[in-house]
Amino acid sequence: MADVKLTNVKKIYSNNVEVLKDINLDIKQGEFIVFVGPSGCGKSTLLRMISGLEDISAGTLEIDGVVVNDVPPALRGIAMVFQSYALYPHMTVYDNMAFSLQIAKVSKADIDQQVRKAADMLQLTPYLDRLPKALSGGQRQRVAIGRAIVRRPKVFLFDEPLSNLDAALRVATRMEIANLKDSMPDSTMIYVTHDQVEAMTLADRIVLLSGGDIEQVGSPLDLYEHPANVFVAKFIGSPAMNIVPCRIEQTGAQTLVSLSASASIQTPIVTESSEQAKPAFFGIRPEDLVVVSAEQESLFSGEVSFVESLGEATLLYVKIPGADDMVIAKQAGTLNIKRGDKVYLSAPAEKMHLFDEHEQSYLRKG
Amino acid sequence: MGQLASALVTMILGVMGCAAYFYGSNFLLDKIFPTKSGAAADVARNLRVANNIRPWLFLGPAVLLLTFYLFYPVIDSIRLSFYGRSGEDFVGLANYKWLFSSDEFYESFRNNMLWLIVVPTAATFFGLIIATMTDRIWWGNIAKSLIFMPMAISFVGASVIWKFIYDFRTGGEDQIGLLNALVVFFGGEPQTWLTIPIWNNFFLMVILIWIQTGFAMVILSAALRGIPDETIEAAVLDGANGFQIFYKIMVPQIWGTIAVVWTTITILVLKVFDIVLAMTNAQWGTQVLANQMFSWMFNGGGDFGRGAVIALVIMVLVIPIMVWNIRRANAEMEGR
Amino acid sequence: MITSSKRTPLTFLVHATVLFLVIIWTIPTAGLFISSIRDKNQLSTSGWWTALSTSEQRLVARAHEPKKQVQEGDRFVIRGNLFEGSAGEVTKFGSSSLRPDEFDVGTVAELKKGETLQVMENGDYAFSSPVEWKGSRGDRIFYTAETPPRFTLENYREVLNAEGLGKSFINSLTVTIPATIIPILVAAFAAYALAWMRFPGRALLVAAVVGLLVVPLQMSLIPLLKTYNLIGEFFGVGSKTYVGIWLAHTGFGLPLAIYLLRNYIVGLPREIIESARVDGASDFDIFRKIVLPLSFPALASFAIFQFLWVWNDLLIAMVFLGNDADHMVLTGQLRELLGSRGGNWEILTASAFITIIIPLCVFFGLQRYLVRGLLAGSVK
Repeated sequence: MADVKLTNVKKIYSNNVEVLKDINLDIKQGEFIVFVGPSGCGKSTLLRMISGLEDISAGTLEIDGVVVNDVPPALRGIAMVFQSYALYPHMTVYDNMAFSLQIAKVSKADIDQQVRKAADMLQLTPYLDRLPKALSGGQRQRVAIGRAIVRRPKVFLFDEPLSNLDAALRVATRMEIANLKDSMPDSTMIYVTHDQVEAMTLADRIVLLSGGDIEQVGSPLDLYEHPANVFVAKFIGSPAMNIVPCRIEQTGAQTLVSLSASASIQTPIVTESSEQAKPAFFGIRPEDLVVVSAEQESLFSGEVSFVESLGEATLLYVKIPGADDMVIAKQAGTLNIKRGDKVYLSAPAEKMHLFDEHEQSYLRKG
Repeated sequence: MGQLASALVTMILGVMGCAAYFYGSNFLLDKIFPTKSGAAADVARNLRVANNIRPWLFLGPAVLLLTFYLFYPVIDSIRLSFYGRSGEDFVGLANYKWLFSSDEFYESFRNNMLWLIVVPTAATFFGLIIATMTDRIWWGNIAKSLIFMPMAISFVGASVIWKFIYDFRTGGEDQIGLLNALVVFFGGEPQTWLTIPIWNNFFLMVILIWIQTGFAMVILSAALRGIPDETIEAAVLDGANGFQIFYKIMVPQIWGTIAVVWTTITILVLKVFDIVLAMTNAQWGTQVLANQMFSWMFNGGGDFGRGAVIALVIMVLVIPIMVWNIRRANAEMEGR
Repeated sequence: MITSSKRTPLTFLVHATVLFLVIIWTIPTAGLFISSIRDKNQLSTSGWWTALSTSEQRLVARAHEPKKQVQEGDRFVIRGNLFEGSAGEVTKFGSSSLRPDEFDVGTVAELKKGETLQVMENGDYAFSSPVEWKGSRGDRIFYTAETPPRFTLENYREVLNAEGLGKSFINSLTVTIPATIIPILVAAFAAYALAWMRFPGRALLVAAVVGLLVVPLQMSLIPLLKTYNLIGEFFGVGSKTYVGIWLAHTGFGLPLAIYLLRNYIVGLPREIIESARVDGASDFDIFRKIVLPLSFPALASFAIFQFLWVWNDLLIAMVFLGNDADHMVLTGQLRELLGSRGGNWEILTASAFITIIIPLCVFFGLQRYLVRGLLAGSVK
């Protein structure tokens, strides 16, 4: 089975820079895994190590139960779709797709059959005789995918395949990739992106990396609803989660925290008594905040610094006394609130997040 | 026809031999260490071995040729400079002593310095001026092409062309050399230009300037076009006039390229010998180092020791540029 | 793009200056070409810029040698035609270089010792003397003529056959073509290795190539000449062979070739090469099937460089191929002619034009690649 297993994998460059620290990951056959993270987090390096284009400094990589650290890329049973598509500009679409099979000395008839099948699947048949430069961006992307398909790999690797496309095409191609996955349920796919929307929409499981470490592995909704730390909380979701420094006043089943200003908040989060009086971070997503009237119970109140009307929603940037960063509240539709107005914000208790002084999440009850 | 046929055969054999090496050696490597099939462990090992060997298959001929034709001769020239005319008896510093007491050396050294100052300066200057102006007119490309043309002409060919211009006819005969014809037209006395001391050097330099200006122009023109339009537009808005824009905005931005053009021509000047040999045969005080070296190498059976000493002088003059180039290349490699 | 506000006066100045410079730069070559197709007598007596005019020319011709004299009565007469068949119209003539317009055409000029000279308008002349003409050379006749412009390929015919330029032309080709192709092959492989293969010492090798880029050829000549002599003795083939000069040109051209091609190849998209590697191609496959076809512009640039350089080279050919007639290349031949036929401009101009015609064709045909190569080699 085409499982991919990484055990204590490290990447250290010759100048002793450690770009991947200690990666352990189990990818099951048929999974669609997305590596996501800010640029420089090591996600592309990790993918390239799986592909065999980068050496593995330490640890083992198994594909299908075989350690493949020293196996050349072509024999690992993988295929890769590059960010720039990497089509061979001097070869026709047909030859581009046939290249790997020709290198592997597959018979002409077999090559022809495979290429035509893949072209058919990707609606590329009319373009087989064209050169890449005569194709549109989306078509080139499909050729790159087709080139991967004809190799019948156990594992597909995608390195930011959509980032060179314009916004509209990106959505369309994203759906095509999702369809591709559905039509090949047995193939494992590993997909690298810096775009959280791609990660959320495509992934069975997301691997969120930062600074050479895995921050969290889980399903998209898991990461959204139960971020393991402040980094994940801020990375997933847009606008990012509001994080406000606070102090733990009372531990137990219902932790009471106080913001630096007078306000204190009762959260349904369990903390040990040892956490008493420690600094912490209170988190709430902008879309979970609601504007309430002055009389109602609220979490924060403050003066509106900016109003961004997006049409389908309105973003309020609220200056809270005692907090350095402004709190953002996302409200559906348009609101009759102006800059300088005082607003009161509230949120349902079950949407609250609390992180300890090391920015790790406290477990939420229930 | 016989000559043509044998020339063709030699050509084909030469080229095929070279191609056969690359195909053959790589084919052998793939046969001995197969990497496209077999057990994974074998393949991994074979691949590692092949990956260690293959760069040297690719580089082998180049490294050998560079060593034999450039690296070893530099070392051997240094050795030979301490040896006598046949290169067999050790003479210590005698060649150096001879060199520094020889009037001819001072003459050629002085001339070389003149060449080094005048030619790169003039060629770069004209190149820059022409590049700037041709970029603004619709027939600029045709003009560039014509000014670039001498680049394709050999130094000997250029020498014939210019010797014809400097031609001198005695007495009342019509001057058929353009320069003397012009002088006569404006009421002057025709001259034998190539025999006037000191000045004749400049008449020879004109030839190289004529050839090299096109080179400077092409490169500087590309650099000028690489200047972001915004900086020029900003200068226009700031009220700068055409010349101010040129000197204060454009030239500083292509300073690096100007330096490259300058050094490239400088190196060429140091090696120039064909023009002097063909135009004056180094008479009338026009000797230069490269030609002096050439004559010591061959005239009167040749004196390898003295020839090598002169070659070393040229080499020493080139070394600063070499160091600068290597530094630049290294900085650029790290940038990648 | 600049100073659109004051277009008119400045633009006019620019046009005028560029035109002036272009004329200065092209006139020498134009003069050479026009001269090479002029009649050799006209060429040696009048500037090429008068080639199209029929204006007066002061010419000189030599009468037939004394052995062609015939006795007419008591006088010995030498007859002939100044133009030797071509058209022209004599207006004045004389017997001394100081006074070429001493006599009007048709008059019988009385010279020293009772000799007379008559020159007719159509160029017919008659030298007559009371005593027998002596000596082996005819006397000179100076005359002023209105000759129509005359263009001819005679000069070319002469240099190609009699002066051995045809043979040199083939020699030049024999030297140039392999000396262009071999370094390309060798350098392309090396450039790929230096750009995309990983091995110890790579950075050092790149630095070495850059360093060797400027090593003056002169350094190499003496040691190589010695080695060539040794090798030649060992194989008993002489030191001056085509293989020897091909390799010499290859060696000397390699630093630039490797530098130029490496700069280009290292700029090819990394992902394309990685993609080929994932597709299972070995380095040799990648080089042959991906890099070589994609590097065509750079290969073409260098090919043009090397072609021009080898074709125009004099030094290496003189040292490694020698000066004997069988191996002489065009540049060597031309320089030989400059020495031996220094005054014969009809020979020199035609020969020079033959040596520069091929490079000029290459230049104008493939200028685009040449420029691209220059830029790749320098602007970095």
